[in-house]
Amino acid sequence: MTDPTPFASIDDVLGTAEGWLGEGRKVALATVVKTWGSSPRPVGSRLVIDGDGAMVGSVSGGCIEGAVIKEAFEIMDGGPARLMEFGVSDEQAWDVGLACGGNVEVWVERMEA
Amino acid sequence: MRKDIFSKLQTARRSKTPVTLVDGLDGKSQALVFHDRVDGDLPEPVVNEARSRLRDNKSGVAELSGGRWFFDCHNPPLRLIIVGAVHISQTLVPMAAIAGYEVVVVDPRASFATAERFPNVVLIDDWPDEAMEALRPDSRTAIVTLTHDPKLDDPALEVALRSEAFYITCLGSRRTHAKRVDRLKEMGFDDAVVGRIRAPAGLDIGAVSPAEIAISILAELTAVLHAKPIVAAAA
Repeated sequence: MTDPTPFASIDDVLGTAEGWLGEGRKVALATVVKTWGSSPRPVGSRLVIDGDGAMVGSVSGGCIEGAVIKEAFEIMDGGPARLMEFGVSDEQAWDVGLACGGNVEVWVERMEA
Repeated sequence: MRKDIFSKLQTARRSKTPVTLVDGLDGKSQALVFHDRVDGDLPEPVVNEARSRLRDNKSGVAELSGGRWFFDCHNPPLRLIIVGAVHISQTLVPMAAIAGYEVVVVDPRASFATAERFPNVVLIDDWPDEAMEALRPDSRTAIVTLTHDPKLDDPALEVALRSEAFYITCLGSRRTHAKRVDRLKEMGFDDAVVGRIRAPAGLDIGAVSPAEIAISILAELTAVLHAKPIVAAAA
C-alpha cells in the first residue's frame, strides 16, 4: 500500500498553505463565501497566495484573481481580514468584474505564521 | 486564520473527521465546530447552524445572532471503490483522484492488483465481499465493478446494493447486464434495488479506449452526484 491519491494534491490549497507556512513564507488565503448568478467557482473555493505572488487554487475563472492578490499582499503584511465583493454591477466591473455576469464575495485573510 | 485553528483544521482533515470552520465576517471570531464538540466561542444558534450545514455538506453565509458568518464545511473526500484492477481502472484511478475522490481498488487476483500496475493507490487483495464489508460504503461512496467476472463482481454488488452508495455501475453489455440482473434477483434483490445499478456503465459518448470509458464513467458519476438529468447525446 503506497501513498493514496497524490494527484489530488494539486487541488489541496490548504495543504499548500501549510507547506508554505512551514517554509517561513508569508501567506494569505482567499475563500469564496457567497455567489449569485453564474459565478465560475462555487462557495468554498480557495486561492492561496505567498509574499512573492505564487498562487495555488482559484476563486474565479481568472477574472478577479489579480485584484484579490493585490489585496492579499496588504493583508499578509498585517492588514485586517477583508470581505471583497465583485460583480458586473460593481464599479470595478470594467477592470475586474466577472465576464460571466455573476457576483461573488471573497473573504481574504492572513494565515498566522 | 489563527495558527491554532488552522493546525486543528488540518488535523481533522487528515483524520477524516467532519468539521465546520466558522468565520465571523467582521474578522473578530473564528472557531471549529465538530459534531460532538466546539473549539472556540460561538453563540448556540451559530453552532447549531454549523452542525446542520456539516450534515448537508453545505458551505455558505448566514446571518445569525446579530452577525454575519461564513460556514466552511470540511467533510472527508468522496470515495470511489473500483472492483477489478483492469486496464480501464488504470486510467480511471488517476482521473478520479484529480477529481477529488479517494480511490480504492479491490482485486484478489495477484497478477492484476500489483503496485507496479497501480502506483499511488490503495490496493486491496481480499475477496470483493470481504473487502467491501470492511470498506463500509456510505452515501458519499461510488462503486464501479469492472472485472467482467460474476465471481468477483456479484459479491461486491451484494454489499453495494445493501449500502447507501450514491452511484453503482458495472461494466458489461446489455446482455451481460440482463444476466446479472437475473442472478441478483435470484439472490433476493427486488427490481427497485437492482435498478440502482447504472448499466451499461458510463455516459454514451462513444467511448472505445480504456481512458475514454473511464471518462464516460466519471462523467456519469459526476452527473449523478449533482443530481443532473442525463440527456442522451444527439444521434
